[in-house]
Amino acid sequence: MGVEQKLGNMGIVTTTLESAVNWARTNAMWPMMFGLACCAIEMMAAQAADFDMSRFGMELMRPSPRQSDLMIVAGRVSRKMAPVLRRLYDQMPEPKWVISMGDCASCGGVFNNYAVVQGVDEVVPVDVYVAGCPPRPEALIHGVVTLFEKVKGEKFNELAKA
Amino acid sequence: MPPAGGGRKAKSMDNRLEQIVKVLQEQASATFEESRGEVHIFIHPAQLVDALTFLRDQHEFSLLSALTATDYWPQEQPRFHVIYQLTSLTQNLSVQLRVPVGGEAPKVPTVSGVFASANWRERELMDMFGVEVEGHPDPRRILLPEDWQGHPLRRDYPLGYEEPQFTFNFEEIDLRKPYVKE
Repeated sequence: MGVEQKLGNMGIVTTTLESAVNWARTNAMWPMMFGLACCAIEMMAAQAADFDMSRFGMELMRPSPRQSDLMIVAGRVSRKMAPVLRRLYDQMPEPKWVISMGDCASCGGVFNNYAVVQGVDEVVPVDVYVAGCPPRPEALIHGVVTLFEKVKGEKFNELAKA
Repeated sequence: MPPAGGGRKAKSMDNRLEQIVKVLQEQASATFEESRGEVHIFIHPAQLVDALTFLRDQHEFSLLSALTATDYWPQEQPRFHVIYQLTSLTQNLSVQLRVPVGGEAPKVPTVSGVFASANWRERELMDMFGVEVEGHPDPRRILLPEDWQGHPLRRDYPLGYEEPQFTFNFEEIDLRKPYVKE
């Protein structure tokens, strides 16, 4: 059953603006092409033919923060990289989301030392954490789908307050 | 020539190195140590630049392959060994110069006038070990952020940065963790 049968002969469909906008946001969410460490390899694998993130409308990795909606922090963030990461985040247009991919980005992972930021949530607000060292592409895709669920639940009046 | 087949037999010091050590012992009151086929020459900071110039000009040690340090904390005198590893590509020889310095305001002279590649490595030395390099042409930080306190590769520098978060201390750490405000 396709959408045309639901529409009937009227040629219109009624929905709330909220769900239409959130549907649009989730179905063409472009991540930023930004790999920091080994997690980036899994991120690339998730993009490639086997796992194919374009099934979720994410076929485009944008190399510019101006064109992207989603930042996937793939790898450990060193103290000197943190300002750069924050700057890239600030350059992204609203609305924007952040996935912290892997243990290092989420909490420092095995790098509990002076050089690495202990969790990227000290630098940018994170929406979804993906565990794993590195997470498999399935795990990343699960994280992305989880983010979609979160975005679909966003309410306009809450956004207006923020 | 070393024996074919990469035999790891203990062999006596290379003749050419023996001569170098002899000269440095006489002229710079150096001492030496042999360990696993490597020659370590211990030298006073004041003699360092002359010794490196001598090795570069007289004995074709044209490559400074490493410039680093070792921290022997809590030993204080000497606390650090500043290490200069030289390689002679034409002779297939390697020699290590070590400069012992004390823990109180450690200081070595710059060798960037002898080997230009020492410039950045001396900056790293200042960053990571806090060994001051006197007369360095550009003594800025090279690796750490500008406002960094302490020297991370020193033995007395704290090893971990943050207590790991487990179930029993999750909330306590969560409260004081510097999350971004947004």
